Amino acid sequence: MSQTGSPPRAIPRDSLASRLIQGIAGLADRPMAWIQHAVGGRGMAYVFLGPNILFFGLFVFLPIGINMAMSLTGGTNLFLSERPFIGGDHYRSLMQCGSYLDPASCREDHFWKGVSNTLKFTLFQMVAMVGTALVTALVLNRKIRGRGFFRAVYFFPVLLSPVVVALIWKWILQRDGLLNGAITLAGGEKILFFVEPGWAMFWAVFVSVWAHMGFYTLILLAGLQAIPADLYEAAEMDGTKPMRVLTRITLPLLWPNLVVVLVLVLIKAVQTFDEVFVLTGGGPGTATLMVVQYIYETAFANQVQNFGLAAAASMLLGSVLFALTMLQLWIARRKAA
Amino acid sequence: MNRVASLLRQTRRPGRLGWTDILSYAYLALGVVLMFGPVLWLVLSSLKTPAALLEFPPSFLPLTQKTISVPGHAQPLELHRVRLPDGSVKELAQVRRIGIQATMIDPANPAAPAIRVPIEAREPIREVAFAWSNYTEPLKQFAFGRYFANSLVVTIAATIITLLINSMAAYALAIYEFRGKNAALLMVIGTLMIPITIVLVPVFLVVTQLGLNNSLWAVILPGAATPTGVFLLRQYMLTLPRDLIEAARMDKASEWQIYSRIVMPLTLPALAVLAIFSIMWRWNEFLWPLAVLTKSEVYTLQIGLNAFQGELQTQWHYLLAMTVMTLAPVALVFVFLQRFITTGIANTGMK
Repeated sequence: MSQTGSPPRAIPRDSLASRLIQGIAGLADRPMAWIQHAVGGRGMAYVFLGPNILFFGLFVFLPIGINMAMSLTGGTNLFLSERPFIGGDHYRSLMQCGSYLDPASCREDHFWKGVSNTLKFTLFQMVAMVGTALVTALVLNRKIRGRGFFRAVYFFPVLLSPVVVALIWKWILQRDGLLNGAITLAGGEKILFFVEPGWAMFWAVFVSVWAHMGFYTLILLAGLQAIPADLYEAAEMDGTKPMRVLTRITLPLLWPNLVVVLVLVLIKAVQTFDEVFVLTGGGPGTATLMVVQYIYETAFANQVQNFGLAAAASMLLGSVLFALTMLQLWIARRKAA
Repeated sequence: MNRVASLLRQTRRPGRLGWTDILSYAYLALGVVLMFGPVLWLVLSSLKTPAALLEFPPSFLPLTQKTISVPGHAQPLELHRVRLPDGSVKELAQVRRIGIQATMIDPANPAAPAIRVPIEAREPIREVAFAWSNYTEPLKQFAFGRYFANSLVVTIAATIITLLINSMAAYALAIYEFRGKNAALLMVIGTLMIPITIVLVPVFLVVTQLGLNNSLWAVILPGAATPTGVFLLRQYMLTLPRDLIEAARMDKASEWQIYSRIVMPLTLPALAVLAIFSIMWRWNEFLWPLAVLTKSEVYTLQIGLNAFQGELQTQWHYLLAMTVMTLAPVALVFVFLQRFITTGIANTGMK
């Protein structure tokens, strides 16, 4: 969260953006002066803070409370006053399982299928994402011609929308798509990537790594460039083997950034929805159904909208995220100390 | 392993390329193919006719059958390269085809009697042709234009609101000392932990209670206050010289004037970074609009595109063109602001 490096160049004061701000701000001068007259100069702090906090309250904190209440009430009505209190029934039915290792034995089999898919996805994705981002950052950190260009190449998919990313790959991977064309030309058989569960999961991971690795590469690259160059010069003078330089200088000094990236990837992976949903629709069957998709469908897409059950499931997901974010903050503090 | 290691930490020696450099460039070249290839393929495919899209294995460039207008025939005829029984090869136009026999005429001499050839003896002549109608038709046939406009409204309105309320909050948290400041800071951190995925249902309830269902405000408002924005701007404002503010207070400037005339212009670089982030977030937002927008008049581009991919399974030519049109604004932003975006992310560690 902290600003490293020098702040970007200031924009000239007479720029268009600057003049625009001044013009619009002028309109509020009068009313704001009255308010300041009423609350005093120090009271203005609350006036400035107010709108943002109001939004947070209305769309973040109040909803957390409502979510709790929703998860403890039943029925299909959205409004809390119309919902009967049922205690922990939703949680009980979510947790009711013959064996937690076998989603099919659970009462809410789709929820547990989602949990197991999300775990699988998270594990594969973390390894693939951090691995490729690290290698790419290390390569980009070398003295390479056209580094800016290559960095941009790896980064640009980050800006694409999940729907666009999913459609690009869906087109390539479809039955008569580019990849199957290449496989056929090489003498192979067409593969129905979205019909075979293993392939569907593989491409779900692949596509999400393709779309987001540039972002993590950028963070790792910033970390690599912060390593003092004289360390490498000293190592070169001593004739240290490159492998040793990597394991004794680069990786240990990059370690804090690597941990940050790992936790960030973890937090994002647990909430995976967009790309996979558009790419596979959770299929074949439920082979790539993630927890968030279960929540979305339970509340909004199914014939009977079970808001209570969805709220209960999101409370469980929320507690996992809470734990992960605490871990992240703890690591960030240790890094700062 | 040694290979990998040396690849990782050797520098280019002048005049001589080490094999580790070659390996690096090979990796980067592979990256270019893997990252750009799919997008290039999308763009090329989006310019193909439906017939060309059905071809397997697919051709690289958008190719179509070359046709020719022959007097005496109402429709243009397909042009083929035909090997005649005497061994000569000639370009002929196909009048009709029945089973494995094709009836061909010479376009240069349409009056001459038609020739019958087996279809294996003829090879279609094709030319590169771009099917621009893939782009123009969706604008007429589907509500693509409306979705585009909706996305534009959401992105612009949300970004303006975000910049305003986030910068005001950041100003309060950076400049003032007041009771409850720590609680407010803690609240901002707290919201970091609660993404929309966790509160889909209750935010839907709040939005419904506010009577915003199926309006664009339902998409604009819930995400307008961003914790990342508050942090980014506050961090930047903390670096501004305090004397400036004190001097303005001496000159009897109101607090609002100090915020809007002195602090905001100085914070422009950080505001620009937040604006770019916000535009990216809003243009690409998917899960929340998907949950809250049920009427197609208020669909944003992403939701519309997702709906099309369900409905238009057999009309990939339109779907691909619409995907390109959705991607285009982002691509433009990237081309012009690439450096700005990447340094912004490297400096803040956020996206």
